[in-house]
Amino acid sequence: MSIGKNRNVTDIFGKLFKNQIFIPLAAMFILLLFNLVADPSFFKITMGYNSAGNPVLSGYLMTILDNGSELAILAIGMTLVTAASGGQDISVGAAIAIAGSTLLRALCGTNTRPDTLRMPIFVAFIISCLVAMAFGAFNGALVSIFKIQPMVATLILYTAGRSIAAWINNNELPIISEPKFGYYGGFIPGIPIPTPFFIAAAMVVIITLVLKFTNLGLYTQAVGINESSSRLNGLNPVFIKWLTFVILGACVAVAALIKVSRLSSINYSVIAKDIEMDAILAVALGGNALGGGKFNMASSIIGAFVIQMLTTTLFKFQVPSDALPAYKAVVVILLVVFSAPVVRDKMSQIIKKMNSRKGAV
Amino acid sequence: MANEALLSLRGIDKVFPGVMALMGVDFTLRKGEIHALMGENGAGKSTLIKVLTGVYTKDNGTIELEGKEVSIRSPQDAQHLGISTVYQEITLCPNLSVAENMYIGRSDDIYQNWKKMNEGADKMLKSLDIPARATQQLGSCSIAVQQMVAIARAVDMDCKVLILDEPTSSLDDQEVQKLFKLMRELKGRGVGIIFVTHFLDQVYEVCDRITVLRDGKLVGEYEIKDLPRLQLVSKMLGKELDDLSDIHTEENASHIDEKGEPLFEAEGLSSTEGIKPFDFYIRKGEVNGFTGLLGSGRSECVRAIFGADRVVSGTVKKDGKTIKIQKPIDAMKNGIGYLPEDRKVDGIIGDLSVRENIILALQVMKGFFKPFTKAEAYAFADEYIKALSIKTASADTPIKSLSGGNQQKCILARWLLTHPDYLILDEPTRGIDVGTKVDIQKLVLKLASEGMSITFISSETDEMLRTCSRLIVMRDRRVVGELKGEDLTQNKIMSTIAGGDEAK
Amino acid sequence: MKKKVLAALLTATMVLGLTACGGAAPASEAAPAAPAAQEAEAPAAEEEPAAEEPAAEEPAAEAEAPAASGDLIKVGIINNDPNESGYRTANDKDLKETFTEANGYEASFAYSLKNDEQITAAQKFIQDGVDYLLLSAADTSGWDSVLKDAQDAGIQVILFDRTIDADPSLYAASIVSDMDKEGETAVNWLAEQKLDEYNVIHIQGVMGSAAQKGRSGALDAKVAAEDNWNIVTQQTAEWNAENAQQIVQSVIDAGTKFNVIYAENDDMAKGAVAALDKANISHGVGKDVIVMGFDCNKWALEELLAQNWNYDGQCNPFQSSYIDAVIKDLQAGKQPAEKVIVMNEVGFDATTITQEDVDKYGI
Repeated sequence: MSIGKNRNVTDIFGKLFKNQIFIPLAAMFILLLFNLVADPSFFKITMGYNSAGNPVLSGYLMTILDNGSELAILAIGMTLVTAASGGQDISVGAAIAIAGSTLLRALCGTNTRPDTLRMPIFVAFIISCLVAMAFGAFNGALVSIFKIQPMVATLILYTAGRSIAAWINNNELPIISEPKFGYYGGFIPGIPIPTPFFIAAAMVVIITLVLKFTNLGLYTQAVGINESSSRLNGLNPVFIKWLTFVILGACVAVAALIKVSRLSSINYSVIAKDIEMDAILAVALGGNALGGGKFNMASSIIGAFVIQMLTTTLFKFQVPSDALPAYKAVVVILLVVFSAPVVRDKMSQIIKKMNSRKGAV
Repeated sequence: MANEALLSLRGIDKVFPGVMALMGVDFTLRKGEIHALMGENGAGKSTLIKVLTGVYTKDNGTIELEGKEVSIRSPQDAQHLGISTVYQEITLCPNLSVAENMYIGRSDDIYQNWKKMNEGADKMLKSLDIPARATQQLGSCSIAVQQMVAIARAVDMDCKVLILDEPTSSLDDQEVQKLFKLMRELKGRGVGIIFVTHFLDQVYEVCDRITVLRDGKLVGEYEIKDLPRLQLVSKMLGKELDDLSDIHTEENASHIDEKGEPLFEAEGLSSTEGIKPFDFYIRKGEVNGFTGLLGSGRSECVRAIFGADRVVSGTVKKDGKTIKIQKPIDAMKNGIGYLPEDRKVDGIIGDLSVRENIILALQVMKGFFKPFTKAEAYAFADEYIKALSIKTASADTPIKSLSGGNQQKCILARWLLTHPDYLILDEPTRGIDVGTKVDIQKLVLKLASEGMSITFISSETDEMLRTCSRLIVMRDRRVVGELKGEDLTQNKIMSTIAGGDEAK
Repeated sequence: MKKKVLAALLTATMVLGLTACGGAAPASEAAPAAPAAQEAEAPAAEEEPAAEEPAAEEPAAEAEAPAASGDLIKVGIINNDPNESGYRTANDKDLKETFTEANGYEASFAYSLKNDEQITAAQKFIQDGVDYLLLSAADTSGWDSVLKDAQDAGIQVILFDRTIDADPSLYAASIVSDMDKEGETAVNWLAEQKLDEYNVIHIQGVMGSAAQKGRSGALDAKVAAEDNWNIVTQQTAEWNAENAQQIVQSVIDAGTKFNVIYAENDDMAKGAVAALDKANISHGVGKDVIVMGFDCNKWALEELLAQNWNYDGQCNPFQSSYIDAVIKDLQAGKQPAEKVIVMNEVGFDATTITQEDVDKYGI
């Protein structure tokens, strides 16, 4: 009886091990374990009040939920782009600068210190969303119609994007004093959980519904795996690839809203700097093939939070932020090694052995 | 000399998770013989070859080369022992020169004497009578020559055992003959050749001996003269085959409605792929076919019908009404299905599951915003897995892990699921096992008798004679004739292809 | 064919990018030569921000020279990308306002954050035969040969904002900020606050930059010297507000006590304050935490005026008046009195800052 039970456990473990989501979960588990051993205060969450007198939960875990939100949102779009086009968009950070700049321009006009906003925030967001989607469409057109490698195609916007963002506001740095604008990157009065987390959760729900009630998942994967075959099955690979870039554009606009709202201002040269690399890393950490094809959205999203967990952990241990990329590189190396078929085969062999040994005992 | 065992495998076992791929297989290759390795897809041919070339390591058994036991753990080991393989897909680099391809990865020296290398390559090519120059870019050679270069590379490495894995699939008859000449030349030199193919004719033309595998087990080893074709097929299938000749076309033709509008009609159709404008029609319940040599334009014709290539001229009618087909989805919406020639490139979506592959076309027709529920999708998939007896672990298995024949059945299922009025099958039997070939031919006739119109294309003329009631003959990208009724004979087809109708 | 279309498209995009960089700059080039009359007034009207510089009375006399000959003084200005920071934006704006045709100049601008691109631009200016080459180098090394070329062509080089590792004979003057002094001024101000204990969160700029070295150096020296000065955390946020916010958040989450935030630019101070606000830690004049920033962005000075922050150190971006003075000297045949001209820079205390200061010094 107990033998049978044991076997079940290892079977479940074996199954989980084969599942893609195992990779980010394992990474998260390792990080949590490390923090638990090194300093359990990592897990402490306290209730306090912010300077506006609103209740807020704080602690490292809340910081991760808060700051990981933009990354999770971007990971959604990046996963789709990766799946369909077999490449990545590296202009995401620059596109956030553009979307953020557009948002501020719409809200402030030419007055950089407005007392009142020129339009409702929602309307301004729609405008910035359209702009970001237009730039996404531009990237998408280069990739799908002109068949340029995604990284090369998006290099254009990567290079020019921040200048365009500065140009939108004539190089001025608008600052919004309206407290409501700060809600999106901070807290809504009375709700102690950071708003970005709700926004990310909403995006996750939306994409889940979209994947459930449309064929977006099937189509992007089919196109990513075999474009020629997809075309012969009546799909339009050009349109589908283009569409994923436009969707990423929408994700960019949402992330930009949060980013800009955090400080109610913008700095064109550093806002969302290098975030594209984190977003790509999230997709990779989620166990998705960067060469396109099959994807697991939940896995990418967890991957995004794992990366933020890593960043926060490193900040906690006072690793200089310019050394962060080096640590992330280590993660990438481990990731590549552990997802290599050779290693995975060996691991499942070991698990099998454990399984049979337990069976024998 | 000829009977001396060059390579002998004894009691080879290979286990994959859940599958015994090889069970106690013996195999003996003698010096200077061409030995056919036969079996249905999934019989274990590929696994055996991969064990032999070090791609897989065997779980049990021994391999002896020239009487000494050897262990082969990697392709490098195999190469060092003199075991070389030429695969169906060319694994050389088309952007390098012929000589570079012959010598790449072989020298341990950093320094490479280009002049010597080119001279050596030219000498080898000449001695094997291969029409290529050492300095020529490999990609500029025909597929057949590329394959020969791959063989030359193997020969130049002093290979004792040469494995040819489906080398003839993409060659035309002439090229096949050249390849056979080369094989006989090597045989004369004492090389042992293992030849894997699906073409029975070729086996009987060039081989000395046949080893048959079935379900991972050895069925037997035979001298070619002791094993007539029909017996070979029955050994491969593991049952006495009710002769293929029970498939007859005569009664097929009877249910075709010869009167009234054709189901589908095309006039002056041509595409960007360079076929001359052609006229075409098919009636309800008819099975017709395009025949001609490889490259004669038969595939391009059906691709133009389906809108797979860009159509540049012509009008098409379905049920007498003019329709526009510019892209595949237009054809699909008009009840046309198309099983493409190249299964791997145009057919399967490798990483997706059998289920997703089967429902894809119907799903696309249904629309972006109307996905099937999981239950519906499973129901569809299971229905066709059963109907076409597709061998797969489950509907969730990635299609790429199925054998070629079963992949083809999935693609067939995909189109049957859309319930087309008109189904185009371009080489549905290529590269798949005999059993499935027969299944597919029978299915075609059954579907036709139920009223579906089918265009059937195959490189094997007898398959077409068996299934089609009308053949459209192509040469040099133009339609040169149409045969039906009594004209449907091998000879008549040959003469039409050869160009008897042209005034000289 | 497709490739051609693509190439055109790419070019168009690049051009778009470039014009976006250029902003509103090129207008002055296209405009017809301004009347000489206006030219005489312009320098007067332009009483510089840092008022009491050496050659203030010269311009009136000197202005006649170029005007009389009908020639404009051709200057080639090589600067870092104005989008780099608010400092650079202000710096670029200041240069553009000074080197106008109305002031007797014909100015061409080139921007890059990369040394090699800057050198290429310098070579082009030399070929174009400019009279003066004004340079804010991206990198300190690699300039010798191109500056020698300039010298051979009789072009005077004036460095601004950043120095280079080259023989001083290769340039006429260098107008710089003294970053060490900026740091010292700030640390001295902090020492004057006479806290019982200094627990400092030190947020650094990009490591190795001149501003970071100068501003970190002074604080490090003080911490090493005094027993009651402690560094709670010292990390680089790379001039980035978001990173700064996370660094401070991390200290707060850890529950460590601190009473000073020493951020090496305003953006990072802003990020730090965002974290403080979230944790309801009061900051500013007479509050729990002292907030210090640098660069005197206008918005930052406004925070000072509102007493939310305590101190902001200036890093003077307005070099153009100094440069203008040097050029006027050189035109008159005089060598500038000093080769290295250190600009006046001040630090502002929230308790004494006025609206006028904000308007005058805010960038």
